[in-house]
Amino acid sequence: MSSKVRLILDGFVKNNPTFVLLLGMCPTLATTTSAVNGLSMGLATLFVLVLSNMAISAIAPVVPDKVHIPVYIVVIATFVTLLQLLMQAYTPAVYETLGLFIPLIVVNCIVLGRAEAFASRNGVIASAADGIGVGLGFTLALTVLGAVREILGSGSIFGWKFIPGDGMLAFVMAPGAFICLGYLMVLFNKYLKKE
Amino acid sequence: MEYFLIIISAIFVNNIVLAQFLGICPFLGVSNKLSTATGMSGAVCFVITLATLVTYLVNKFLLVPLHIEFLQTIAFILVIAALVQMVEIVLKKTSPSLYSALGIFLPLITTNCAVLGVALNVVTKQFTFGGEAHFLNLGESLVYALATSLGYGLAMVIFAGIREHLSLSDVPKAFKGVPIALVTVGILAMAFMGFSGMVK
Amino acid sequence: MVAVLSLTCLLCSAILGGAYALTKEPIEKAAADKTARSIALVVPEFDSVSEEKAAILDGKEYKYYEAVRDGAPVGYAIVSKAGGFGGDIVLMVGLDTAGVVCNTSVLSHSETPGLGAKCTSDEGFIAQWKGFDPSVKILSVKKDGGDVDAITASTITSRAYAKAVGTAVDVFKSINGVKVDASTGASVKPMEEPENEQ
Repeated sequence: MSSKVRLILDGFVKNNPTFVLLLGMCPTLATTTSAVNGLSMGLATLFVLVLSNMAISAIAPVVPDKVHIPVYIVVIATFVTLLQLLMQAYTPAVYETLGLFIPLIVVNCIVLGRAEAFASRNGVIASAADGIGVGLGFTLALTVLGAVREILGSGSIFGWKFIPGDGMLAFVMAPGAFICLGYLMVLFNKYLKKE
Repeated sequence: MEYFLIIISAIFVNNIVLAQFLGICPFLGVSNKLSTATGMSGAVCFVITLATLVTYLVNKFLLVPLHIEFLQTIAFILVIAALVQMVEIVLKKTSPSLYSALGIFLPLITTNCAVLGVALNVVTKQFTFGGEAHFLNLGESLVYALATSLGYGLAMVIFAGIREHLSLSDVPKAFKGVPIALVTVGILAMAFMGFSGMVK
Repeated sequence: MVAVLSLTCLLCSAILGGAYALTKEPIEKAAADKTARSIALVVPEFDSVSEEKAAILDGKEYKYYEAVRDGAPVGYAIVSKAGGFGGDIVLMVGLDTAGVVCNTSVLSHSETPGLGAKCTSDEGFIAQWKGFDPSVKILSVKKDGGDVDAITASTITSRAYAKAVGTAVDVFKSINGVKVDASTGASVKPMEEPENEQ
């Protein structure tokens, strides 16, 4: 069992999808205008990642090598559409906020990347653990980035306003996303990454 | 006039990379050299326009009449994947020179979210270009797709140019590589924000 | 090879078809709940709300709901929209029977986060619509000589918001115009639109 725990923990630092593997940059930058938005996007990706990882590890042995990418994409797209339907039904407000980036989970390199690199070669349980680890790592990165942008840009955190008035608006908008992520990566490289 | 507004808006004001955050992975991945950046932009331009045409038709004549719009995501990604494969095969046969220029980028394009993003945007979003908000018709969609991908190319080429200079400068160790690139894109995005008053 | 691919597609479509059938009702319910919530937010206290009705103004159709209390209408919730910075801003605008705006609520928008998107959270901006009387105040932003306080750095959004409220006021006039003037044969009252010049 400890190996499974190890797999989950790896997703946080050693294989962190955002800071180390540099995958899934588009949703990372686009949906982190606030901590809550980042968290929801992370959890949405986690949902797809775990399920598609499990499904793909189960079907991988019978899928011919030549068509494995299209098959994986179809499987991932199925779970994404499932997520879209569920979110429209039960969390319509979140679905509207995240908008285009929910269907775009299909082409998130993290999901296809984990399917190729891990799920197609490992068992269902191990793949689920890997999905949870990487998904949580992604969620953590998005939440942190969202929180930083929300604090600087709106003077609030998780919607709780502690600085009156407007923040530095640039941080909520596009330039701030790039710059914040750049500096967070610098901090990550300096203090967490072990060569 | 409306076509002109679509073009200006898609290239500068709502630049796909710098304002809409689509296609960032290849944007960061292949912008090290000006020559590869141009190649990638050309391939993306070609595929985005073609994919938008096909997905628009698939949506209008297949998904909507059958009331299965909820399958948009899955149908579009399949169309794009098939299209990329076909383009690869056709180019290989008919134009080896173009194939050798774009070939290595083609497989990467299936998972470029700019392609799926533009295709989905065109059929699900209403646009306002000076007038009433409306869904784009086929002609407008194509112009929008082409202009958007030109904007992608523009951002890519500018950024590759900057990055070639950046590689020669002395950057603190922790900033090396992607972090400094991201900060640079941020400044570039700020410059592009200056265009935001141009349309409307 | 092809068989595996087609089998996967078939299986996945079947799963999704099932999921669609199962979630169809909750999705519609969520949309209806949202409409009901925003109606309740924008009109005066009521017992019941009418079914969705449609009013035609300048050849366009607008949806509206009538709020009824003790058998008499107390207000109207009108859905109107205007093009903002990133796309349409769709509003539910509530008016009482005298034509005074009671409240407004944003149904959907695609404005820039941190700027135009504040039309859903900027307290000062939202509060000014409560009791906004379009017969006394001018429905355009202060920059254009009107009485609407714009959101900081988001004039385009504020203009669009004011324009959508203005459209709703016009729709209200046409609804009442139809009712009041039905006997005289005049269907739509002529109306002035001070906020129309961009």
